[in-house]
Amino acid sequence: MPQTALILLIPLLPLLGFLILGLFSRRISGPLSSGIATSFIALSAGLAILLAHGYFFEWGSDAAGFRQIRALDIPWLIFDRDLRIDMGALVDPISVMMLLVVSVVSLMVHVYSSSYLKGEARIPVYYAFLGLFTFSMMGLVLSANLFQIYIFWELVGVSSFLLIGYYYQKPSAVAAAKKAFIVTRFADLGFLIGILVLGYEARSLDFLTLIERLTAVDDPDFQALIAPSFLGCSAITWGLALVFMGGMGKSAMFPLHIWLPDAMEGPTPVSALIHAATMVVAGVFLLARLFPVYAIAAPDILNWITGIGVFSAMFAAIIATTQTDIKRVLAYSTMSQIGFMMFSLGVSGQGGEAGLGYMASQFHLFTHAFFKALLFLGAGSVIHAVHSNEMVDMGGLRKQLPVTHLTFLIACLAIAGIPPFSGFFSKEEILMAASQRSPWVFGAALFTSGLTAFYMFRLYFRIFWNRPAGEGHGHGEGGAAMVLPLTILAAATVLSGFIPFGHFVTSDLKPLETHLHPAFSIAPVMIAVLGILLAARFHKNASDRAERFAASLRGLYTAAKHRFYIDEVYLFITRRILFNGIGRPAAWFDRQVVDGLINGAGTATLALSHKIRGLQSGKVQQYALIFLVAVILLALAAISRWT
Amino acid sequence: MNPIGLLLIPLLTALLILLAGRPQQVRWIALAGAVLQLGAAILLYAAYINGDGTGGPMRLEYRAEWYPDWNIGIHTGVDGISIAMILLTTLVVIAGVLVSWKMEKLPNTFFFLLTLLALGAYGFFISLDLFSMFFFLEIAVIPKFLLIGIWGSGRKEYSANKLALMLMGASALILVAMMAIYFTAPVGMRTFDMIDIVSTGIPAEAQRFIFPLMFVGFGVFTALFPFHTWVPDGHSSAPTAGSMFLAGISMKLGGYGCLRAATWLMPEGAREYGTAIVVISAVAIIYGAFATMMQKDLKYLNAYSSVSHCGFVLLGIGLLTKTAITGAVLQMVSHGLMTALFFAVIGMIYERTHTRQLDELGGLMKVMPFVSTVMFIAGLSSLGLPGLSGFVAEMTIFVGGWERVSPVYRVSTILAAMSIVVTAVYVLRAIGRTVMGPITKTEYLTLTDAGWHERLAAIVLIAGILAMGIAPGWIVELITPGAQAITERIGSLP
Repeated sequence: MPQTALILLIPLLPLLGFLILGLFSRRISGPLSSGIATSFIALSAGLAILLAHGYFFEWGSDAAGFRQIRALDIPWLIFDRDLRIDMGALVDPISVMMLLVVSVVSLMVHVYSSSYLKGEARIPVYYAFLGLFTFSMMGLVLSANLFQIYIFWELVGVSSFLLIGYYYQKPSAVAAAKKAFIVTRFADLGFLIGILVLGYEARSLDFLTLIERLTAVDDPDFQALIAPSFLGCSAITWGLALVFMGGMGKSAMFPLHIWLPDAMEGPTPVSALIHAATMVVAGVFLLARLFPVYAIAAPDILNWITGIGVFSAMFAAIIATTQTDIKRVLAYSTMSQIGFMMFSLGVSGQGGEAGLGYMASQFHLFTHAFFKALLFLGAGSVIHAVHSNEMVDMGGLRKQLPVTHLTFLIACLAIAGIPPFSGFFSKEEILMAASQRSPWVFGAALFTSGLTAFYMFRLYFRIFWNRPAGEGHGHGEGGAAMVLPLTILAAATVLSGFIPFGHFVTSDLKPLETHLHPAFSIAPVMIAVLGILLAARFHKNASDRAERFAASLRGLYTAAKHRFYIDEVYLFITRRILFNGIGRPAAWFDRQVVDGLINGAGTATLALSHKIRGLQSGKVQQYALIFLVAVILLALAAISRWT
Repeated sequence: MNPIGLLLIPLLTALLILLAGRPQQVRWIALAGAVLQLGAAILLYAAYINGDGTGGPMRLEYRAEWYPDWNIGIHTGVDGISIAMILLTTLVVIAGVLVSWKMEKLPNTFFFLLTLLALGAYGFFISLDLFSMFFFLEIAVIPKFLLIGIWGSGRKEYSANKLALMLMGASALILVAMMAIYFTAPVGMRTFDMIDIVSTGIPAEAQRFIFPLMFVGFGVFTALFPFHTWVPDGHSSAPTAGSMFLAGISMKLGGYGCLRAATWLMPEGAREYGTAIVVISAVAIIYGAFATMMQKDLKYLNAYSSVSHCGFVLLGIGLLTKTAITGAVLQMVSHGLMTALFFAVIGMIYERTHTRQLDELGGLMKVMPFVSTVMFIAGLSSLGLPGLSGFVAEMTIFVGGWERVSPVYRVSTILAAMSIVVTAVYVLRAIGRTVMGPITKTEYLTLTDAGWHERLAAIVLIAGILAMGIAPGWIVELITPGAQAITERIGSLP
């Protein structure tokens, strides 16, 4: 089937790039490696566009809506009769949409990097890792099996580790890479146990079978499955909660978000690809993949997801208003936007109009990928020009970086939710879904939208307006390779909101008609405009208004600036409890007590043998003798007992 | 093909090494022997796949009389588990010979002992008779004592003695258990032949007494808590190839023995003590992982991580499900490959920098990219990255563990699973300190990357790790019938 070949080529091309560049990294020059990697990913992106076009407009749907197609099924690891990992490719609206996002953003990042990283060492290695990441991320979205997604989940984790640690000689980059891996690994522990629970209860690891069995409301066994069994919750609820824990780690939801700001130590194009557009939304994707099970078998978990999503969105937005490192502002903004996607899923139901939240979250995931990648690449362009991440080193850059300025502004307008930019449309649907469910969620989301507009325009004004930090930064924009991706992403940011997303991606695979409600839109747009005006007043021109306002907030400002001391809490837990409280005593116990006892036994035997034999000969023989005696005694005991 | 043929190659190699004069000849002979062993192992694998057995999992059986008066015979044969262990051994032997290429001190004796150790291991894995199994086990112990005592470093006499004594003590337990099995049978039925023992069976109350002796005896070899303390000392003092053989081969003799001589022969005993084994192993896994986290010396670090990883072997065996036992064997193979690789890398680093202390190393990626990449791969396999061997083994054990529904098994499985986080901490710490970060000493700037023999050694082991990690189907298929034969005797589990 040509479609299967098409689908497989999309992830395999970046893998091929990884293998070629990985094996010959020493023999390939930087520009050549960038050319090879970029052509592979360009081909892959072209195929992804073909696939999306074919799937959504030609062969993907039938009368009942979009089909979920198993394009591949290779037995990989068989545990027992039911539980097995088959390498499959599940083609459905969300996987096709994600393939498109991943390949297009990856292509932009490949092109951009060729200029951004010019002159760095180890460029082939960088492109190899980018290829590995792209392959793993595509494998993740295509996964047809719960364990398969875990496999690619770990692989994107390690690619993220490798890319954050790309500047491996910088201790802070190494620390950040380790932190990202370990925090997400901790979350993955929950994911893994969740897989064991769900797989065991459903007697299958295959997504389609698992979803079918765990949503079979009419099946008499289903009632037994959702009956409370452990601490007042059903095993399914526990399993789903643990799987969500994995999603929280990857998607940087509170309190597992601490790795994301540090991950900004990686090269900026990497942040754009991994820590803005693709990998960090894996948690949202996972939830969407299993959404029918959440909605039908454990709706109470969805309330928790809503709570965590709303809290993370607001928490991150508050911190983002106080940070001065522009990449960290964007990192917190990513966390906040993913919080929007999360709670949008949380307030959603399964199917029909109730599934608005599901559609909205996927829509926001889609638009966010483009405008957030654009923001990061724009930030990269700024950092490239001023050689600093700090706002104080910037200001007044709009003449020096005209394209960056314009595209950055577009992205800021999109994320703030100003029509007609894409973020407006997707956020609108999220707010609509929230307002239908709970006024509290809606209120919090509205407030966070205002904060979003404020911190994004604070960033914008501090970079491009305000007082220029210094004279004579000779650098302009980094050439066509950097400007082109910015322009393309800006075009996507302007246009992607007009896609009738409900026609393509919905919880029940059937088209969902959505309408704009101008009356409803007034409040969100007004609050966004308010945020922008406030940011303009504080930050457009050099003044001390912002400082005075911050000072008036006292403790709140300080706490937010220090990211509410969450890192310190973790540091306490790891240093004091895990290292000094468990690790050190365990190591000491092993050397002193366990080994001491063993050695003590040896010494005692030695002393005893001296007494018995009075010999001064070599130790080994003595021991051998003792053993021989013991053996004979024990053997005699055995013989006397059983003969 | 008769599996005994496999023994002839190391035997001839060892003899030739003794006859050869110059070191250059010796190492080529050793390498040729090692490669031939791999060839023979692959032939054996093919013969096993095509061969027909007597219906049981064992194939290519061969029997001969040895001491007819005591009814002691030679009985050899292989199932998929033995084949997997033999394949592992051949890869470790090739890599071990290659990393010792530049051995200057008594090279003839050194390679002779390595080959002898391999001979013992092959004999052990093909034995279907407790007596010859024990014989080969002892053949594999003595070279270790000498390898550490003569070519070791640090407190080598202490470590060599400790290792030899603890393993001898363990052997004594095994010997007692063997004799107990022998004398438990009525006169005329007494035998060491495992196939015969399986068909007649051991009385249940005798199993209660003999099983722990046998299991603990072999358990000591594979770092059963709390008898694991020889592992850190032994490894840290051993020469590189010695550590590789110790972790890659010797510790596997223990796991294989626990499975073959304890669990297979005494299913009642296994049922009786299964829970205790699972709990102890789960604790050992997490305890070993935490202890590893605090190590400052690379060899101690890897040795302690072996305690944790070998806990998975015993955990899988104690869980007694087909999946978990398959996982235990997978873990033996996987651990053998990745630990040997890790020790090889540590040896390469130590030879160049003359230190194994984490706080003295740093930034080696810049000067030794190949060695550093290999360390990455070994570390990532150790922390269970999919695509490498450790993932396949650990996940199989977890799934097998979850099949046991009683809370004590569930809790133990979760406890064991928690180690994936701690493992990530210590592996990334080791990698981060050693190959990443700034270069700590200026003299490191002039270091050279791996030579051809070191590269080849690493590639052989990595090929094994990838063959298992990327396409685990073939090895799972190989192992499962053997695991099934063991669990069928155990019967239904609560």
